[in-house]
Amino acid sequence: MSDSTAVAHGAAEAHHEHPPYQRHHFETYAQQNDATNFAMWLFLLTEIMFFGGLFTAYLIYRNWYYPAFVQGSHQLQIGWGTANTAVLITSSFTMAMGVWSAEMRRKGLLVLFLVLTFLLGLVFLGIKTIEYHEKYEKHHIPGFHYSVQSFVDPASDPEVYNEYHDKPLPLDMARHTELYFFLYFAMTGMHALHMIIGIAILGFMIFRARAGAYTTGHVTFVENFGLYWHFVDIVWIFLFPLLYLISRHQ
Amino acid sequence: MNYLTKENGLLSWLLTGDHKRIAILYLISISFFFFVGGSLAGLIRLELLTPQSDLMATDTYNKVFSMHGIIMVFLFLVPSVPATIGNFFIPMMIGAKDLALPKINLLSWYLYIAAGIMILFTMISGGVDTGWTFTTPLSTHYVNTHVVTTGLGVFIAGFSSIFTGLNFIVTIHKMRAPGMTWFRLPLFVWSHYAASILMVLGTPVLAIALVLIVLERTVGIGVFDPTKGGDPLLFQHLFWFYSHPAVYIMILPGMGVISEVVSTFSRKRVFGYTAVAFSSVAIAVFGFFVWAHHMFIMGISNYAVLIFSLLTMLVAVPSSIKIFNWAFTLYKGSITFETPMLYAFGFMGLFTIGGMTGVFLGASGTDIHLTETYFIVAHFHFVMVGGMLMAFLSGLHFWWPKMTGRMYPEKISQLAAVVTFIGFNLTFFPQFILGTLGMPRRYASYPPEFQILNVFSTAGASVLGVGYLLPVLYLTWSLKYGEIAGNNPWQATGLEWQVQSPPLTENFPEIPIMDHEAYDYEWLENQKEKEVASVG
Repeated sequence: MSDSTAVAHGAAEAHHEHPPYQRHHFETYAQQNDATNFAMWLFLLTEIMFFGGLFTAYLIYRNWYYPAFVQGSHQLQIGWGTANTAVLITSSFTMAMGVWSAEMRRKGLLVLFLVLTFLLGLVFLGIKTIEYHEKYEKHHIPGFHYSVQSFVDPASDPEVYNEYHDKPLPLDMARHTELYFFLYFAMTGMHALHMIIGIAILGFMIFRARAGAYTTGHVTFVENFGLYWHFVDIVWIFLFPLLYLISRHQ
Repeated sequence: MNYLTKENGLLSWLLTGDHKRIAILYLISISFFFFVGGSLAGLIRLELLTPQSDLMATDTYNKVFSMHGIIMVFLFLVPSVPATIGNFFIPMMIGAKDLALPKINLLSWYLYIAAGIMILFTMISGGVDTGWTFTTPLSTHYVNTHVVTTGLGVFIAGFSSIFTGLNFIVTIHKMRAPGMTWFRLPLFVWSHYAASILMVLGTPVLAIALVLIVLERTVGIGVFDPTKGGDPLLFQHLFWFYSHPAVYIMILPGMGVISEVVSTFSRKRVFGYTAVAFSSVAIAVFGFFVWAHHMFIMGISNYAVLIFSLLTMLVAVPSSIKIFNWAFTLYKGSITFETPMLYAFGFMGLFTIGGMTGVFLGASGTDIHLTETYFIVAHFHFVMVGGMLMAFLSGLHFWWPKMTGRMYPEKISQLAAVVTFIGFNLTFFPQFILGTLGMPRRYASYPPEFQILNVFSTAGASVLGVGYLLPVLYLTWSLKYGEIAGNNPWQATGLEWQVQSPPLTENFPEIPIMDHEAYDYEWLENQKEKEVASVG
């Protein structure tokens, strides 16, 4: 609980009246803030379980088809992945600063940090689009005229071959790269979907923040959105090594 | 002035934030889907009257039992007690004005309706024939029915359930009245807390499993496709990781109802309150580690079979703690036999049979003989229909006076309870025998020597149907012509019974202070004496 909300709460009790943003069914603002925060943490728990299904599939198939996963992973551009990791971590920082600005009741600063977070989110999606497009060009989208050419004959893919010198995979193992790419698209796609939802909410929040909605002591919404944003960030922190960094140096 | 009369008009209902009104919306919608699912069950029993498949083609039969399962599980049993009685009474029992998140509560109802419409639409446009389990690779590669829309419908229904569970957990943690400690909570609240944990942690896994099914069918990603290296068994793990705990989502709230009813109508504190409270949590915890008992014959390792067999049997321990404690509550109590109590007795008997046969199925040796036979069908109908539906009707009658302000007619509802019990046993007991004799489930035809037991079962289903129609008629009748109930017709101790019926929109004129233990009948007597004294 931040100082500013504690003050707001104390003032409300002293005057026996509620701040305007307190919902009728709560006894105090502190109770409201506690309850909504707790609800957000529970929601994030359901998200962990949701992603958990995909992580389970990843764990099993990576264990079974390790060579396919190594070569599939070599197809990803580590530079773009690293750049995106940096972008997301920075956006988590700007988001945290946004929450801080709301608590300090500094409207201008809050709007600035929300806009920065918004932009960084867009940059992340932009880079993701570039990466997806590359997969499309190489026929590495599962279920969609998928080609195992780069894996049965690595030399035909000189860019990746010159860096990793992968040995050709037997056809039945090469076919399992499709599972790797499915997991890549499912996991990063689900993550990107969460980013898109987050960015849409950020857009809404920027307008509300400009109208001064979050700088009157009612920071719950910003705080809870911050939790969501950090969660999406943490998911990426797991995705990056699992998908990009499989056995880069054998 | 009460929550029903405060505002009028359709919009005041469709945009309400009041947990009591949302509970009523849910009650109407789940009753509708119950009768849709029930009619499908009627069709199934009618087809099985004769050994040949004559009423419908075999693939129609597949669709009928699939839709019956999907509608009953996802649109009736999962939301049945929690979204109606739980929604209505959890805030009142803990002394709160509403659930913590009223908008999320309303959203959950809209998601439920969206899911219901999608599933109904699927049914009308051709249905799905995978069974309610969507088993791969059948659902992904071999059937040509509406798996995608049904799957998405169930996915949405799942979110409705997640939001209900999440709301309950937050409310029980953060909204309790002063003095309402964890061990003063009615056991109804404890059992809903346990069920909510399952909803919140289990349902997302079902969601991702269904997303993968949809992707596999539409794009062909190969995650469950053995020809691409995927494993169909992975789907079963994901699906049952939710769907086994889901049976505890369905039964735990019912157990909560029984605790309230048994205590009220024997006028005794529930025996071993703490043990019953913790047994709910124990069921929730164990419930997460038994899912693979659905897969004993599907090629999981022998060691896994051993461990899951043991864990499955362990779930019987907290379940029987409940049954024994209810029995001890009855011991030397002043028992009366009002309708809710009759249903509760039905629950205790039938759930015990349903639970015990669950141990047969948990034992891997007998499971191999009994699985995929009518024994399974009888087992889970004893738990779900004999258990949960009895508990739902018990709770509905018990709290009806509080919800509507009017009493239901006692004699005819006692009759309905007895009819339901007889009809139920006649329908499902023969199926245990059919199962042990080897009649497989999910077939439209069967060898002629099974006919006599199937005739019993179908006859029982007709009796059961009457038993379910009766409450619809007399409860509707009672809305207008029932006796005025008064605040506390059962002399029950819960906070919800100490306020007017039907309650105010914000439940309490002022937030109550809980200064006594749960089920404290002496406190109730003292209250009455005080009131008499103050009036006199």
